[in-house]
Amino acid sequence: MRDNEHPIEAHIPRLRRYARALTGEAARADDLVQDTLERAWSKLSLWRHGSDLRAWLFSIMHNVYLNQLDARARRPEEALPEAFDIPVAPAQEHALEIRDLSTALAQLPLEYREVLLLVGLEELRYEEAAKVLGVPLGTVMSRLARGRERLRQILSGTPQTTLRRVK
Amino acid sequence: MNAITEDMLHAYVDGQLDPARHAEVEAYLSAHPQAVEKVTAYRKQNEMLHALFDPALNEPLPAALRRGTAPPRPQWLRYAAMLGTLALGITLGYLGRGSLSASAVSPLALYKQAAFAHVAFAPEVLHPVEVSAQQETHLVNWLSKRLGAPVHAPHLAAAGFDLMGGRLLPDEARPAAQFMYQDSRGQRLTLYVKREPKNVSTTAFRFAKEDGVRVFYWVDRDFGYALSGELPRAELLRVAEVVYKQLNP
Repeated sequence: MRDNEHPIEAHIPRLRRYARALTGEAARADDLVQDTLERAWSKLSLWRHGSDLRAWLFSIMHNVYLNQLDARARRPEEALPEAFDIPVAPAQEHALEIRDLSTALAQLPLEYREVLLLVGLEELRYEEAAKVLGVPLGTVMSRLARGRERLRQILSGTPQTTLRRVK
Repeated sequence: MNAITEDMLHAYVDGQLDPARHAEVEAYLSAHPQAVEKVTAYRKQNEMLHALFDPALNEPLPAALRRGTAPPRPQWLRYAAMLGTLALGITLGYLGRGSLSASAVSPLALYKQAAFAHVAFAPEVLHPVEVSAQQETHLVNWLSKRLGAPVHAPHLAAAGFDLMGGRLLPDEARPAAQFMYQDSRGQRLTLYVKREPKNVSTTAFRFAKEDGVRVFYWVDRDFGYALSGELPRAELLRVAEVVYKQLNP
């Protein structure tokens, strides 16, 4: 390990975890991380020293990902994955449920998935998640509530039609 | 008691409530089985997300990402870094006010980092650690790899504390590690471990109090250690001595 490692580098494993969960594909996730890092290096002067570097990196990733999705929407032949790649086969008896979770995540609207992952996986505080996504706190809370409830219903096999009322 | 909102249930699941509110929600849950069902389901979602995606934390970095991590450093950034170091030195010098030698600059920062990390993670109900003690070998290997030198998780059963697991944390220059312990009463201790530059000499135990957290910290060869907890000072010192002995058999 080099001695002059920049603090950004300490965050790469978590950026990769989030990107994996967000995109559902290992290769696409690493592309996203790479683009995010390039953007971060070029914009490092805009990062306020003393503010949360990790939240700043997540907000860059959020923007980069939206741009990537826009670009991909113009090339419709690249379909989104049906179910997410499983990074490593989980050893525990929950393996089946976990596989279901990856399929269920892929079915969630991006806005819900982002909040669910920033809070549930990356353990950001709600205020931080709001800053990362550039939305008000109340929006984070309502997306979180809807995302979790929808995920619960998908996982318990409740038909999608009943979800309409959730709005 | 105030009304319990949907938002509060989520904040309860995510460990984002202050202790008073936390207790209110717990009281509410004891009388509302439907809310318990929700909270349990949400909590499980969080756990499954970790089970599914945490392995990505430990995968080796592909070459493309390693390349992407070498920033071209503009000249002004180097000046900024120098100024930052200078400011830090002045602050630490002021705080130390002659009582500490220059070589003690690093341990002074150490106890603060350790106390902050303790405050952040010790109260965690859901995710106190990133990798649990059940995977101790993996935990130690992983942290050793990330810190760039062999790290050890001391066993503190002799002092009544069991290893819960550990996590990787960002520190100034390179990642640091935190091990968490718990005794039979649920009291928690954390041991913060970071690499120290070669020129920092071994120090005696030092004591500090930060944010209500008591910290014993010391530098031993390549590592700085800080043991943090809410225990009375004498008890904490007793555990710190066990840690030290474990690391210097």
